[in-house]
Amino acid sequence: MNVVAPKRTGRYDAGVMKYKEMGYFDLDYEPKDTDVLACFRITPQDGVDADEAAAAVAGESSTATWTVVWTDRLTACDKYRAKCYRVDPVPGNPSQYFAYIAYDIELFEPDSIVNLSASIIGNVFGFKPLKALRLEDMRLPISYVKTYHGPATGIVVERERLDKFGRPLLGATVKPKLGLSGRNYGRVVYEALKGGLDFTKDDENINSQNFMHWRDRFLYCMEAVNRAQAMTGEVKGTYLNVSAGDMEQIYERAEFAKELGSTIIMIDLVIGYSAIQSIAKWARRNDMILHLHRAGHSTYTRQKSHGVSFRVIAKWMRLAGVDHIHAGTVVGKLEGDPATTRGYYDICREQYNPQALEHGLFFDQDWGGMRKLMPVASGGIHAGQMHQLLHHLGEDVVLQFGGGTIGHPMGIQAGATANRVALEAMILARNEGRDYLAEGPEILAAAAKTCTPLAQALNVWKDVTFDYASTDTPDFVPTMTPA
Amino acid sequence: MRVTQGTFSFLPDLTDEQISKQVAYCMRNGWAVNIEYTDDPHPRNTYWEMWGNPMFDLKDPAAVMYELGECRKVHKGRAYIRLSAFDATAGWESLRLSFITDRPENEDGFMLERQEVAGRSMRYTTRAYATDKPVGARY
Repeated sequence: MNVVAPKRTGRYDAGVMKYKEMGYFDLDYEPKDTDVLACFRITPQDGVDADEAAAAVAGESSTATWTVVWTDRLTACDKYRAKCYRVDPVPGNPSQYFAYIAYDIELFEPDSIVNLSASIIGNVFGFKPLKALRLEDMRLPISYVKTYHGPATGIVVERERLDKFGRPLLGATVKPKLGLSGRNYGRVVYEALKGGLDFTKDDENINSQNFMHWRDRFLYCMEAVNRAQAMTGEVKGTYLNVSAGDMEQIYERAEFAKELGSTIIMIDLVIGYSAIQSIAKWARRNDMILHLHRAGHSTYTRQKSHGVSFRVIAKWMRLAGVDHIHAGTVVGKLEGDPATTRGYYDICREQYNPQALEHGLFFDQDWGGMRKLMPVASGGIHAGQMHQLLHHLGEDVVLQFGGGTIGHPMGIQAGATANRVALEAMILARNEGRDYLAEGPEILAAAAKTCTPLAQALNVWKDVTFDYASTDTPDFVPTMTPA
Repeated sequence: MRVTQGTFSFLPDLTDEQISKQVAYCMRNGWAVNIEYTDDPHPRNTYWEMWGNPMFDLKDPAAVMYELGECRKVHKGRAYIRLSAFDATAGWESLRLSFITDRPENEDGFMLERQEVAGRSMRYTTRAYATDKPVGARY
């Protein structure tokens, strides 16, 4: 049978037409203050026009399907169509383009990361005409931001509750991360907290395995926390990981942590956006600090050509209501270009982010007074890097020295003390107006004269650096001014 | 034992010159410095006694050092004294720095009381030995 398609005469005739011509592409469109904006990095298939690919992304992430549907005409369809309003070539990369797309705020359910993400990244990432697609950044209008509670506690109130001001907080992840019994695990917590850390932490995959069931861990950890508090007169905490296979168990674990008097609980990113928003609201109701481990994120954040940038995840998590988020160390063992990491930290900690292409921030973002999210630097850092950590990451951050505490030659308490003394010495010097970045090694050496554990730490780890090229780096150099 | 509350408790006790430099840092940032003292070092004792109001609008660290000297005349050796810096900037409106400048001659430390309850659970209470004694006779 030979089917002859009828000749198209109008916009709503049955058949296939270019996305560009369906209302998803308008370079004259001026985004409204209330629009949700997204910047995608698109890599069209060979021979696919960049504008058409960009329009397709706008279409497939809003109302379009592959063919014309007459039922569009039952709606105010132009309002619901996302519009690609700008396409720029990626500097130095002829096969890629930045596509800027505006979405009407009416497309989104209030207070739902699930709905936001289902729209923006729900379908379009498998779209065949694209080789690859990456969501680089989003501008969330303040009218939409205000529909979320934001961090359960926030940086300022966390500091007030802990009575710790003027310096980064110190933590350590208990190692080895698998296999310790509850009793042995609590020993590590006690030693680290008594030695001078503020926090210890469960790792992402410490849940409730045969070697250590969760109740056992919580009981021994809280014994350690309370004992360390009594020995130091300081508020201490340990992030009890409440992540579990279903929401009922997550709540059960969180309630037990509360009963035992813990100041903080922890979840993994892999529990999912709805679970995160639920436990964030529980945390707000129960005066609990909520730590988020970004477990799994590198599967989609690391490669520049495809996936979702971590800066978008950081924005979503500030809305969703967590209090801590791992955001990179710059100098440690895990991926983290300094300029890109600076962008993540600004998203967590500032009230207003001006566009900063050199830090990967494509849009101005107003947080409307939403509470601040404490970034956490974890993975391959040690006391000898204290000046660099303070320089790159600033003061409102949790520095987590896992190996850098537990691996100390004289034991865990000594490791914790080395870190705390290094930190306090560096803050003292900074506040005195010294050039602490340049003089860092001398400042540490001077502090080590009255602190043997610090001298030992500096000696053991003096040559440890992780100097590899980053994969996720900004496309813009600092001098470039956006059009 | 040594109470390690505050920003610099792990360093040797600060000299007056070092304290003065920290005060100058606070003033450069426009923060109001406050002097407080207490004979109750419980980690959750938030409200230490204020030695006057926070010192807004001061420009010279010497003024704060003078007040610290006056406070010491009354309380040194018999209480903890701390300096804190308050930042009234929108979105912060809390402390930016807080550190102990003086300690009692003997730091008695804390008793950890445990009440064993159902299911191996525990109720913990931290109690400063000093607060077993009446106000005025603690240190």
